[in-house]
Amino acid sequence: MRIFAVKAVPNQEKIMGPWQMVWSRFKKNKVALVGLIILALLVVSAVLAPLLTPYEFDTIDTLSINKPPSLQHLLGTDDLGRDYFTRILYGGRISLQVGLFAVVISVILGSIVGGISGYYGGWLDNILMRLTEIFMSFPFLPLAITVSAIVGNNLPGEYKMYITMMVIGFLSWPGLARIVRGQILSLREQEFMQAATALGLSDTRKIFRHLLPNTVGYIIVYATVGMASAILTESALSFLGLGVVPPTPTWGNLVQFARDSYVLQYRPWLWIPPGLCIFLAVISINLIGDGLRDAIDPKSQR
Amino acid sequence: MLKYIIKRLLHMIPVILTISICIFIIIKLTPGEPVGNQLNPKSTAEERAAERIRLGLDKPIHIQYLDWLGRTLRGDFGQSYIYKRPVKDIVGHFVVNSFILNLGVFFLTFLISIPIGIVCAKKQYSKTDNFFSVFSLVGISMPSFFFGLLLIFALAVHFKIFPINGMINAGSETQGFERVKEVLHHMVLPGIVLTIGSLASLVRYVRNGMLDVLHKDYIRTARAKGLSERKVVYKHGFRNALITIVTVLGFWLPGLFSGAVILESIFVWPGIGSTLVDAVNGRDYNLMMAIMLLFAILTLIGNLLADIGYALVDPRVKVGEGNS
Repeated sequence: MRIFAVKAVPNQEKIMGPWQMVWSRFKKNKVALVGLIILALLVVSAVLAPLLTPYEFDTIDTLSINKPPSLQHLLGTDDLGRDYFTRILYGGRISLQVGLFAVVISVILGSIVGGISGYYGGWLDNILMRLTEIFMSFPFLPLAITVSAIVGNNLPGEYKMYITMMVIGFLSWPGLARIVRGQILSLREQEFMQAATALGLSDTRKIFRHLLPNTVGYIIVYATVGMASAILTESALSFLGLGVVPPTPTWGNLVQFARDSYVLQYRPWLWIPPGLCIFLAVISINLIGDGLRDAIDPKSQR
Repeated sequence: MLKYIIKRLLHMIPVILTISICIFIIIKLTPGEPVGNQLNPKSTAEERAAERIRLGLDKPIHIQYLDWLGRTLRGDFGQSYIYKRPVKDIVGHFVVNSFILNLGVFFLTFLISIPIGIVCAKKQYSKTDNFFSVFSLVGISMPSFFFGLLLIFALAVHFKIFPINGMINAGSETQGFERVKEVLHHMVLPGIVLTIGSLASLVRYVRNGMLDVLHKDYIRTARAKGLSERKVVYKHGFRNALITIVTVLGFWLPGLFSGAVILESIFVWPGIGSTLVDAVNGRDYNLMMAIMLLFAILTLIGNLLADIGYALVDPRVKVGEGNS
């Protein structure tokens, strides 16, 4: 996939950069734009949480526990009297952050492994690809459950967020490593790499400044899809009580209230809104991902 | 073919060994003393030391691993801490329940997704196709536990059509056909969630695989020589699309079992997934190790089956030369 295309507009001498072209194709895709707007709303409400609500997410108010939704408490209060709307806003902060950083970790690992493997080839490639295969045969969710429970066992609750991020990130890089390696295998045979060699550039520079930037389209598409699934995994882990734990709110551990059959039946405002937030975040990211794929690589359109 | 399968089975050995080493190390890294868990809190320091020696915990870690591996190979997975019974019996008991649930879902998904995928590809951008595109997108974006809870809320709590959870009614002593009916009734809700989740991604793959094939030149040739549309789509098209479908099955099949972990624990389905969650919460290390190993083996078997299927549907794959 080459995203570098120059489109000269007659009489205007205007040249569009590759990312401008991607953007101009992306914004024609109405569905993807809707996804972008939903995600932007969720992100903004998470970032501006302190301005949108007068409450703190962890202020316990024993005088108003288990209140139904009202004007004071838009989504009522939980069993400790905390304002639930506030907890959902702050929960979004954590859920989105965990998803983002998990993807950052997996993209860094995947590009480095894929880059080195594809560039050097030979025995190094062999070892790294066997390793990737082994990581791919790990049963993802059971392993994530076990590792995050064991590693997070004796840590204080507030660190669990970082553990969850790292577990998801460290387990989800192999797919990207394979894609990047495949791309680099063909890129390294091209003329610009001969030029780079002729200029006497170091291997590190060749890999990180010349080869990897050419795979960035794939990496971005992978990262979007990866972020959607990282958010899903985090929410599932936190729902089971094995990811981020209260008092730190995340959308996943807020849905946990539904495990109490009384709450499930009579206080649906406690578990449906956070569940919907997860769904909206994931579907909007998936829409953006589809849009980006079509915009970056118009040939793949179906 | 047999040679190919044996070769692939041999390939699995180093992978399983590596996985088992990783699992072993992760569990050994756990802060805290596994002995403390299993002895009563009043035990003296000497008793603890004696127990450590009895369990071989005083030896260096690689010796401990080899001991564990030796015992595992002889089929001895140790005693479960929460169930107070041999791990082997417990896993054997629960794995059957997981198979009942997952095999049902597997066949249902398989039977539904292929025809739908073909129809969508045949009539690209039709109403049916668009409907299923949206369905797929919603299906892959929906957290399975949330969907499960919504179904319980609507169909079990509000309209009491299905039981809330479990595999049989509490204290039920039904036999034979009645028992089957009871289990099926309990299976409906978790089954729906799992099937819709898998359908969402499979329909998409079948459709795209089929579309790729239908745009190939040989399909145009088949049409040009006047074959009926039926023959073009099913004989020339579908047989080639099967290759993609089988590849997809390879990574979907193992995912099925591990994906069921969350649903099993929501619906309190007594399978290995919910047992794993119990083991993790109860710090039952022996049980955890055994289940993790089982999941790893299931994953590898899934991959193996996909490879065999691949060789079966695509005559171009040269069996025996096996470059995996």
